[in-house]
Amino acid sequence: MSNTIQQIQEEIIDEFSMFDDWMQRYEHMIELGKSLPLIDEKYKIQENLIKGCQSKVWVHAEMEDDKVVFTADSDAIITKGIIAILIRVFSNQHPRDIIEADTGFVDEIGLKEHLSPTRANGLVSMIKQLKMYAVAYQTQLN
Amino acid sequence: MKLAASDIKFDVEAVRKDFPILSRQVNGQPLVYLDNAATSQTPRQVIDAIVDYYSRYNANIHRGVHSLSQEATDAYEEARLTVQKHFNASQKEEIIFTAGTTHGINLVAHGFTSLLKEGDEVIVSAMEHHSNIVPWQMLCERTGATMKVIPMNKDGVLEMDQYDALLSEKTRLVFVNHVSNALGTVNPIEEIIQKAHAVGAAVLLDGAQAAPHIKADVQALNVDFYVVSAHKMCGPTGVGVLYGKRAWLEKLPPYQGGGEMIETVSFEKTTYAGLPHKFEAGTPNIAGGIAFAAALDYMNGIGFEVIEAYEEELLRYATDQLLQIEGLKIYGQSRKKTAVISFNIGDLHPYDIGTIVDKMGIAVRTGHHCAQPIMDFYGIPGTVRASFSFYNTKEEVDVFVAAVKRAKQMLS
Repeated sequence: MSNTIQQIQEEIIDEFSMFDDWMQRYEHMIELGKSLPLIDEKYKIQENLIKGCQSKVWVHAEMEDDKVVFTADSDAIITKGIIAILIRVFSNQHPRDIIEADTGFVDEIGLKEHLSPTRANGLVSMIKQLKMYAVAYQTQLN
Repeated sequence: MKLAASDIKFDVEAVRKDFPILSRQVNGQPLVYLDNAATSQTPRQVIDAIVDYYSRYNANIHRGVHSLSQEATDAYEEARLTVQKHFNASQKEEIIFTAGTTHGINLVAHGFTSLLKEGDEVIVSAMEHHSNIVPWQMLCERTGATMKVIPMNKDGVLEMDQYDALLSEKTRLVFVNHVSNALGTVNPIEEIIQKAHAVGAAVLLDGAQAAPHIKADVQALNVDFYVVSAHKMCGPTGVGVLYGKRAWLEKLPPYQGGGEMIETVSFEKTTYAGLPHKFEAGTPNIAGGIAFAAALDYMNGIGFEVIEAYEEELLRYATDQLLQIEGLKIYGQSRKKTAVISFNIGDLHPYDIGTIVDKMGIAVRTGHHCAQPIMDFYGIPGTVRASFSFYNTKEEVDVFVAAVKRAKQMLS
């Protein structure tokens, strides 16, 4: 059985706690960006762009069995790292769990500054978008 | 008079002490503020003017009989005279206080609604801020006038022979920025104005990016409208000035209705106040206007010749240092530019660079700088923009360049 959202979040918090400073955290995030499950080129379209980001972020969602699978890409590396973390947490999860998930872990891994709704990178918009997909799929399941 | 860098006696460390914010830390590092083209920092003298106003003589102006109101009115009108003198307008009635450059442009664009008709043409440049594009597009939609665009070349310099070709007896208005916010290019405004006037067109200059660096003389330029924002020149936000030639301001109808801008009001007919009040409906930003004058006094105390020469030296130094970074490309290579450097490094996203240098206490702007047509022209999503002021130092440039190198290393 795959890990729960809670377990994955704790794993990420553990991972980030090993770093002493922001530079190491960002370097790790950049590394994570490289592991992002990339969106199929055909889904890199206007409709899949997340609004509110200074960089471009495309997200695609599919339902496999009763789990939502996300793929994404961005033209900025740090943004790619952020979305990679979010996808690691939310992908392959039941829509209900995604909807109910708390996202406080972002604060704990030292990315609090990205959480502000006015921040140009739109971490908040990304989370909202992933949850919206979950809501849509949950409605189909009901 | 233009000063050589070697002639200037300018103590930047003493000047920095006037700016309380420059001693703070950001992300545990001393702040290096290089986002001056977005907004400048505020010296103690300007902050004091605001505090003094609210502490001693806050009152509504132009109508109270009581002493406080009179004091506030005197200070506000004195501020208008300071602005008039600074831009060398011939009359104080030609100085309209606004909420900022955008407000000033909208005021003029609105006023031209009744003066344009289908078949008329207006001319804009390819390097404008959105605020000097959109109000005019709306004007064109209202009137049926057509907008023409002066193209620019790869260096970010306007193609003036194309401008000649666009001008005709149909041209009613030309609006360009004195200095480009995204590129720093200083445009050939004298030529633009002369040629527009030759075909009978009026000219509005967006001076928002020029005013912090270059002292414009509106009479010498013979410009019809000149608009600025206080917050880009050491003043507070929410205040600006529209200079307009009296003949034009008389011709334009009021922009907003309300108190202050009327002479008499009845339900049958209202008569409007004379200039400048006709365009100043409602209680204005009184403290802001007074503080704007304090900012002008402060900058004139240093001297714009000194500021220009020092910033030019800073620009040259920063440009040389940045260009040593492999793959770094500067957008805007005009021989005449203010201390603005817009750049990218290889394929790195400007957002990534901006995020990393912010962690090192450095404030720069990233993105399209509200000038998407320029980014489309270069085929890029945006740039990193470092914009300097007279209170920046070569040491700060060094910190910035080191941070950019570090960012490049992390991101590559």
